Amino acid sequence: MSAWEAVVGLEVHAQLRTRTKLFCACPNEFGAPPNTHVCPVCLGLPGALPAPNEAAIDLALRAALALGGEVRERSVFARKSYFYPDLAKGYQISQFALPIIEGGAVPMALEGEARSAALTRIHLEEDAAKNLHVQGETVVDFNRAGTPLIEIVGEPVLRSGAEAEAYLRALREVLVFIGVNDGNLEEGSFRCDANVSIRPKGEERLGTRVELKNINSFRFVRKAIDHEVARQAALRESGGEVVQETRTWDERQERTVAMRGKEEAHDYRYFPDPDLPPLVVDAARLARAEETLPELPAAMRARWVETLGLTAQDAGVLAAHPAIAAYFEAVATGLGEAAGLKPAKAGKKAANFVMAEVLRETATEGVEARFPAAAPEVAALLALVEDGTINGKIAKEVFAKMVATGEPPKTIVEREGLAQVTDTAAIEAVVREVLAANPKQVEQYRGGKTAVLGFFVGQVMKATRGQANPKAVNEILRALLAEG
Amino acid sequence: MSAGRWLDAGVVGAADAVAAGAVTAEALVGEALGRLRSDPHNAVLHVDGEAALEAAQQVDAARAAGEALGPLAGVPVALKDNLCQRGTPTTCASRLLEGWVAPYDAHVVERLRAAGAMLVAKTNMDEFAMGSSNETSAFGPVKNPWDPARAPGGSSGGSAAAVAARLVPGALGSDTGGSVRQPAAFCGLFALKPTYGRVSRYGLVAFASSLDQVGPFARSARDGARLFAAIAGRDGRDATSADAPSADWEGACARGVEGLRVGVPRALLEGASAGVRARIDAALEALKDAGATLVDVTLPHAKHGVSVYYLVAPAEASSNLARFDGVRYGLRVEEGGGLDAMYEATRARFGPEVKRRILLGTYALSAGYYDAYYLRAQKVRTLIRRDYDAAFEACDVVATPTAPTVAFPLGERTDDPLTMYLSDVYTLPASLAGLPAISTPAGLSEGLPTGLQLVGRAFDEATLFAAAGALEKAFGPLPSPVPAGPGEHAGEEGAS
Ligand SMILES: [Zn+2]
Repeated sequence: MSAWEAVVGLEVHAQLRTRTKLFCACPNEFGAPPNTHVCPVCLGLPGALPAPNEAAIDLALRAALALGGEVRERSVFARKSYFYPDLAKGYQISQFALPIIEGGAVPMALEGEARSAALTRIHLEEDAAKNLHVQGETVVDFNRAGTPLIEIVGEPVLRSGAEAEAYLRALREVLVFIGVNDGNLEEGSFRCDANVSIRPKGEERLGTRVELKNINSFRFVRKAIDHEVARQAALRESGGEVVQETRTWDERQERTVAMRGKEEAHDYRYFPDPDLPPLVVDAARLARAEETLPELPAAMRARWVETLGLTAQDAGVLAAHPAIAAYFEAVATGLGEAAGLKPAKAGKKAANFVMAEVLRETATEGVEARFPAAAPEVAALLALVEDGTINGKIAKEVFAKMVATGEPPKTIVEREGLAQVTDTAAIEAVVREVLAANPKQVEQYRGGKTAVLGFFVGQVMKATRGQANPKAVNEILRALLAEG
Repeated sequence: MSAGRWLDAGVVGAADAVAAGAVTAEALVGEALGRLRSDPHNAVLHVDGEAALEAAQQVDAARAAGEALGPLAGVPVALKDNLCQRGTPTTCASRLLEGWVAPYDAHVVERLRAAGAMLVAKTNMDEFAMGSSNETSAFGPVKNPWDPARAPGGSSGGSAAAVAARLVPGALGSDTGGSVRQPAAFCGLFALKPTYGRVSRYGLVAFASSLDQVGPFARSARDGARLFAAIAGRDGRDATSADAPSADWEGACARGVEGLRVGVPRALLEGASAGVRARIDAALEALKDAGATLVDVTLPHAKHGVSVYYLVAPAEASSNLARFDGVRYGLRVEEGGGLDAMYEATRARFGPEVKRRILLGTYALSAGYYDAYYLRAQKVRTLIRRDYDAAFEACDVVATPTAPTVAFPLGERTDDPLTMYLSDVYTLPASLAGLPAISTPAGLSEGLPTGLQLVGRAFDEATLFAAAGALEKAFGPLPSPVPAGPGEHAGEEGAS
């Protein structure tokens, strides 16, 4: 057991999923050719002025509601000043003394146990442009400049890399589910910095903290923090002191390294931006935000276990992605309606089929997902199983054909003659043939070895190429074998 | 009658002449371009001949086709060189922006175009609008048409001199702490600093964002009202732009001042020179004769205006001017070394007054000083605003001189920033309070113009126009400071 306790707080920058940037009408879109989504405002041209994007403010309110933060009625945009080529105006418009949201918490599960990690604040700000290094030269792409962000500042309540990872995953899940952020770490729309320090166990006072910057995967966050904690502990144990600095994770070397460039003690000279009047959020606006707040993933999982008959594990799988969650709900509802099933039964059946068959063929990208077949078609397919038209085995074949051809299940079943045989006379004839052909097994059955029933079922199914209704086959077999 | 006479007929006179077909827009613009190109006062930085002539031809064609014309159709207007005009150099009279061509129109420029105005020239100014004499321009000082050895005032000195010298009948300037009012007083013109929020700042290169407003210069209140009506109004691109109802400002100029209560802060008047005080007394007397009543008011915190302004404005300016870093546009100076060296070498080219204010502002916003300077200044600013609220319980406008003296000689104050700053003592409080204020001619003192400043309630520009109109009627027009120019350029006012 280590004598040290890690103290970790995360700062997450999450880009808001608005159509346009925070202070101008340029598209908020990743991946366009450099410097094509720009205008006088986001280029910081002389004379240009910021005009706030109301949609971004509404998304921030949604985040506040989802994370239980307190929305300030009157918050203030402030200028944060420093010189850097990716900062068009020489200052970033952010919030400082009076942020839009204070407090809140990230609900997370740690080793199956529900916990929540407190937040300090959430504030609105604009993203900077992006410096690119091309053939030894630095060039700047301003497409990203002015992209709306919320910065979510967590309290230093996390104690390990694993906790930090769980916190990040939970936070990302909430933001993605409520449509605030697309959760894309690779494209940098969800970014994390970590403040890491250590202190002797039992000590209250915080140690000197190191800021870990630019960690762009969940795994790296965990590794970077654990390595940094170990580095600081080793340093202290060998009589050294932790230096306040900014470090980053070097995946190749598997360690944190100090970032180049001298550490300047920055005075950002924050002051209220005179171009922007205080941001006022009244009760009516907050109420409207509440109305549009989608169901949160934790609540959704609980509801599925409660009313749709899912296990906690299945609910976890299906609620891991907002598009998949919505898809599953559509299949379950569609099936329930088409087959007249109770929600618990329809839910369970839909969940089994979606997890076993659909997810394999589903590709997700950010908040989008491409499904192999539309949810109503899959519901229709499962309804065919329910009404006895086909059995479960055939359903899988039909599904494969649906994926290949895009045709509705009914068309495929009819064209290929896959409807199962429910005509008892026809089944009875086949059963009689099978019994006649296997006198030895009939003997065994009647002698009390009823397990051979499975053998007969198999023979009958084989003879009908799987199309016989298994329930009918069972019943007729039992009846004829009992006749003696 | 020649185009010169119509150009001298003022904004409304010229617009009426074009509308009536008495003169073509092309002839008017041609006349203005001729005068602008032979400007002896260094009032003009850039003449936009080709584009203006083209626009004039369009106005003439529209008239020939029987189309309705805008209220400024064919009228040549000059713009202070801190207003962005698409395709035209916008330098702010600074080396940092020398050669920079604005790729977009300021809101006021869009509005002037829509009203049919002919954008003929960009005018000289104090560098980034920081100055009270037009001597901080990187392109040399402007000379006052009334006496070329004297300053035209600042920072919109070029616009004022251009109108006073009759190069154009009207012009736009910007006013942060008196930058249209003080030059108007020094050059014998009408000028208005609108209520903060009345005119969009979009495309006005920012000096101090919480104070900047664009305002018109003209030789009469009615001409000023015509320009003001064209540029006023809400603009979604400026978050501080107000959605306030407009009024018949031109009509207000003829309304008279019967029953108007003019507040006079007697204690403040002491600071003005004897010559200026005499003219202010005469102007107040004239307003009284026209039906106004004079009321004593006090503005106890106005005396702190200079201190407050020289904290708030430089603080905002230090931030607004951070974008001139050599990275994206304008001047870049590379003398070897890295990024920081480039920043330093480039920004070293700001003039001394701009540097002084950037330093002042940076200091006022620094950690540990913010509360004592910036925050306290903002609190006193609130007190100044409350002084006006209290005064407006007893009166409708507050009258003071616009400037404590007549135009001072060029070079007299350039080595003494504090004395220079004090020349704005009367104009700063209204700026800090965000209230509308005009300067209107109060007659000559020893051959030089003086100005009466009237401050009104927020968004009540109409009352100011009424008072200015009444005073013009009482005093009659000032003589022209310039002799007859090219063509029939005459000294008579609005001859027809
Ligand atoms: Zn933009």
